[in-house]
Amino acid sequence: MSSNHPGLSNNFSRSGEKFSWSKDNLRSIKNIISKYPKGREQSAVMPLLYLAQEQNNNWISIECIETIAETLNMPKIRVTEVASFYSMYNTRPVGENLIQICRTSPCWLRGSNKITKTICKETKCEINDTSDDNKFTVVEVECLGACSNGPMIQINNDFFEDLDEESTKIIIDNIKEGKPNVIGSQKGRRSSENA
Amino acid sequence: MSLVLKKAGEVQKMLNEKDKIFQNLHGFQEPFIEGALKRGSWSNTKEILSKDQNDIIELVKSSQLRGRGGAGFSTGLKWSFMPKNTGKQHYLVVNADESEPGTCKDREIIRNDPHTLVEGCLIASYAIQATKCYIYIRGEYHHEYVQLEKAIEEAYERGFIGKNACGSGFDFDLYVHRGAGAYICGEETALLESLEGKKGQPRLKPPFPAGVGLYGMPTTINNVESIAVVPTILRRGPDWFKSIGAENNTGTKIFCISGNVNKPCTIEEEMGIPLKELIEKHCDGVEGGWDNLKAIVPGGSSTPMLPKNICESVLMNFDDLKANGSGLGTAGVIVVNKNNDIAEVIERFAHFYKHESCGQCTPCREGTGWMHRMMQRLVRGEISPEQIELLENVTKQVEGHTICALGDAAAWPIQGLIKNFKSELISKYNKKLKAS
Repeated sequence: MSSNHPGLSNNFSRSGEKFSWSKDNLRSIKNIISKYPKGREQSAVMPLLYLAQEQNNNWISIECIETIAETLNMPKIRVTEVASFYSMYNTRPVGENLIQICRTSPCWLRGSNKITKTICKETKCEINDTSDDNKFTVVEVECLGACSNGPMIQINNDFFEDLDEESTKIIIDNIKEGKPNVIGSQKGRRSSENA
Repeated sequence: MSLVLKKAGEVQKMLNEKDKIFQNLHGFQEPFIEGALKRGSWSNTKEILSKDQNDIIELVKSSQLRGRGGAGFSTGLKWSFMPKNTGKQHYLVVNADESEPGTCKDREIIRNDPHTLVEGCLIASYAIQATKCYIYIRGEYHHEYVQLEKAIEEAYERGFIGKNACGSGFDFDLYVHRGAGAYICGEETALLESLEGKKGQPRLKPPFPAGVGLYGMPTTINNVESIAVVPTILRRGPDWFKSIGAENNTGTKIFCISGNVNKPCTIEEEMGIPLKELIEKHCDGVEGGWDNLKAIVPGGSSTPMLPKNICESVLMNFDDLKANGSGLGTAGVIVVNKNNDIAEVIERFAHFYKHESCGQCTPCREGTGWMHRMMQRLVRGEISPEQIELLENVTKQVEGHTICALGDAAAWPIQGLIKNFKSELISKYNKKLKAS
């Protein structure tokens, strides 16, 4: 059982394996750096952290930080600082499906507590925990910006909105069974229309 | 729009469909270039870009468009602060870091009508002599980021942006930069820091970004909605925009309604629509009926809540909400009914601000944590009337004593709670006291 959100911990750790960029990512990096003025390559640190995280099973190891620092010619501490400041960079390994449950008032007013309970029960995870089979990591987060569609959760890159206990369970079951999920509203409405 | 709303209770009608700027807010039509062209985007951009830059700024000024990101500052006036012909690289930075609890309007623009934003970026950049623009989008909006990148790619392919944009002779590049889950990066100077590859901690002002902004160059930072409405304002004219709403509170506005209403939604309406009408007409009313209403947070979590009696008649615009002790903010309307504990709503906001404080200024770093712990006790009925006063006092020591407005934003909701529901908080304490 871990004590906090993987994106908020400042305890970085080594994976024990060297991290070097994939060929595809080397190409992307060139493209990313070209978005910023010459001499301002440091601006690319956030996009590179995303790339590294994607390549490294959704977390940032010290090896990732070292490689980014080298690529952008930045001191390691500056990369570390950025990686620890922003909550979307996970400083420790997370499960295949990172479930983020919005806990802020607009979602809470519509029952986010019930969603949290359902998810913990169905994934057999406590908050901030990863399931034994490494399929799920469950965290509670602050407002994700889909307030008219609350309660809502984010699983990896996807938003699941207008949830109730039943639809939440179906989403988790589908993931367990390898079945696809419908992204967005679970009540079948189009974005945040008044229906 | 034929009717100017002066007072609540007058006969009102909904905003005409044809006066809606965002024709595809809910994504029923194609969001990309084919749909955008049908909706009128890019139709005479070259003509707009043939106007003098100062004329464009004047037109936007005269439309009385006020920034849609929260502060409500005149967009045209902001643009006019940019220095002219400096020979330096100027930047437009668009704030798409939408993170204020209760707010989800820019998301709909970006995913369903992204070309309004892309075209707005071009025109606004031209007006302030910026050949480069960055859109800073919150990291969690991954799907929206993909939509936006696609729209930008389309605009490049068609020659709408890039070298000689729209055949105007103006060279323009547009980039998207993803945030990574920090609310504070919605503060404009923190956003610039983040864009420069650093921790998002706000800068001291002055110097203001118009003088020393991104990479030390003249920079204007605008909200997504402020930029996305500009092409339509220029196309239909400032007088059209001014004909909607009231003096100094003009135009249409996207409202996001969340919480205890029967149908939460995001909707474009006339600026200044009565709050009650907004909720009754578009959201099918408060859960449990209007009489079950406890309070409404009218403009995102930072704005103080309004008790029911004010909600009866207040208009949803900058000036009327200010006159009633709150603000329009981002127009994220959070409705709370009597089935929920209003103190816990605010306790959760306090948790949010504690979580999002960047840690730079002591009153905010320490104060948000302290206020949150007090709020937790308050929810449990464990703080005495004297301690409630102490809490209020501490909010005032945080407010106004920090570099950016996050300290204020953390203080206001608590002040609003105490101002409106003090007797209730005290009886909560007395009840707990009796029980023990």
